[in-house]
Amino acid sequence: MNDIVQPYDVEAIRRDFPVLSTTVRGKRLAFLDTAASSQRPLPVIEAVNHYERTSHANVHRGVYELSQKATDAFEGARERTRRFLNAASLREVIFTRGTTESINLVAQSWGRSTLRPGDEILITWMEHHANIVPWQMLCEQTGAVLRVAPIDLRGDLDLDAFRALLTPRTRIAAFTQVSNALGTVLPIAEMIAAARAAGALTLVDGAQAVAHRRVDVQAMDCDFYVFSGHKLYAPTGIGVLWAREAVLRTMPPWQGGGDMILSVSFNGTRYNELPYRFEAGTPNITGAVGLAAAMDYVDAIGLERINAHEQRLLERATTALLAVPGLRIIGESAHKAGVVSFTLEGVHPHDLGTILDAEGVAVRTGHHCAMPVMDFFDVPATARASFGCYSNDADLDQLIVALARAQEVFG
Amino acid sequence: MDLKDLYRDVILDHNKRPRNFGRLDPCDSAADGSNPLCGDRLSVSLRMDGERVAEIMFEGKGCAISTASASLMTEAVKGLDVTAVNALHQLVHGTLTSSTDSPPPAGLGKLAALAGVREYPARVKCASLCWHTLEAALERRQSTVSTE
Repeated sequence: MNDIVQPYDVEAIRRDFPVLSTTVRGKRLAFLDTAASSQRPLPVIEAVNHYERTSHANVHRGVYELSQKATDAFEGARERTRRFLNAASLREVIFTRGTTESINLVAQSWGRSTLRPGDEILITWMEHHANIVPWQMLCEQTGAVLRVAPIDLRGDLDLDAFRALLTPRTRIAAFTQVSNALGTVLPIAEMIAAARAAGALTLVDGAQAVAHRRVDVQAMDCDFYVFSGHKLYAPTGIGVLWAREAVLRTMPPWQGGGDMILSVSFNGTRYNELPYRFEAGTPNITGAVGLAAAMDYVDAIGLERINAHEQRLLERATTALLAVPGLRIIGESAHKAGVVSFTLEGVHPHDLGTILDAEGVAVRTGHHCAMPVMDFFDVPATARASFGCYSNDADLDQLIVALARAQEVFG
Repeated sequence: MDLKDLYRDVILDHNKRPRNFGRLDPCDSAADGSNPLCGDRLSVSLRMDGERVAEIMFEGKGCAISTASASLMTEAVKGLDVTAVNALHQLVHGTLTSSTDSPPPAGLGKLAALAGVREYPARVKCASLCWHTLEAALERRQSTVSTE
């Protein structure tokens, strides 16, 4: 390979995403809601299409060629995912519906079989509801106690408080790698090391991270890593739970059904080996195929280059937004991903969303499934612009013009 | 589609200067309402004269559509009896969910300013929250209603 660094050709990347050339209400689409769900590039659309047209049958069942093709595609996606995460073994890669299901699996399998009354689960104040509610449910079921590490007004975790909340009773620390509501990149290396030193397991919610930075679960040294395909340019309904094999071996099955068994009789059932033990029922084969294609896609561009591009956009967006009178950015950490949450004085976020939509700008408005974060900053909701590999300067310019339009409407 | 059709001057005015804003204390009945999706919250308090709404106030936090709708509602229902309030609620509901081709029905008065909401299905809940909350207050249910 040559060492010449090619310039980041965002316009070429944009041509890979058919939806980006569509119009909304007669305006150019400025899609700034990638943190909620990313768009799909042609290679993903085509991989899904190809699989559906040529290779579909149920997996792990038939002896006929088509079933073998489907199994190869599905297991190929598992190997692709293993490589993407640098996992030690295929046995550690479990396909789920997404981040939410992955966390529920850990809570209900590992948590329910392990936790005793008085045991503690540590999360942070900036978690998505998906990394709060499954633990609350688990606490109700087991008598465990949920502890929450505080954040400060810049949107940073109070790392000292996090460390202080780790006790001999802490069984797991579960936290996000990147906050979806604030954009904060958490100091997960320090957090994992501290939790490990306290004897707790760690779960990292990578939903907002996998499309923006390289993940190496072995170097990270966590016990569980979870993410969703649809935030990584893949279809919805496919996600991953990576778990350390030694931990997985201690975990009972969660859902029962086909595919997760070796033999079933009314005298007793023998469960399948890893990772199939945790994949009951016919899986989302099409989604896994799309996920593998999406990993190929981002790796071909280079996650480091995507991240650098998004960081440049973040800086530019932050400067431009702060120049808008009455605009307040919520989440001002020095370490942020391509997410900017904000409020505009005199315009409720919900009204803002409607006006921006009329200008072709798609942003998320609301509580971002992080209501404790909204309460902490004492806002009912925010507007949030977020970037992906295809976001460009024109998207930002359109946002700034649309904000001026909102202020004009509300005088 | 023109934004001015949604954010008409009447709406912007009632958002900026909501009428009957506050809480009646004492009151004969009150109810809280919320729209969990967007975080809008409001409460409606009433003083009744028999079956007639003698006084009504609302307070809360919400978007322009939700605030203006509540403000307009308090003006519209003051002095009406419960049957007339319910009839007006039905008329408003019908307007918010009707086809954009048909003209808004007669009898809405200033509430006709909300007709533009029809073009924005995601915003219908904002405009209807206050009416659901009023309905709850009239039924003297001291509970939180939800448009979800």
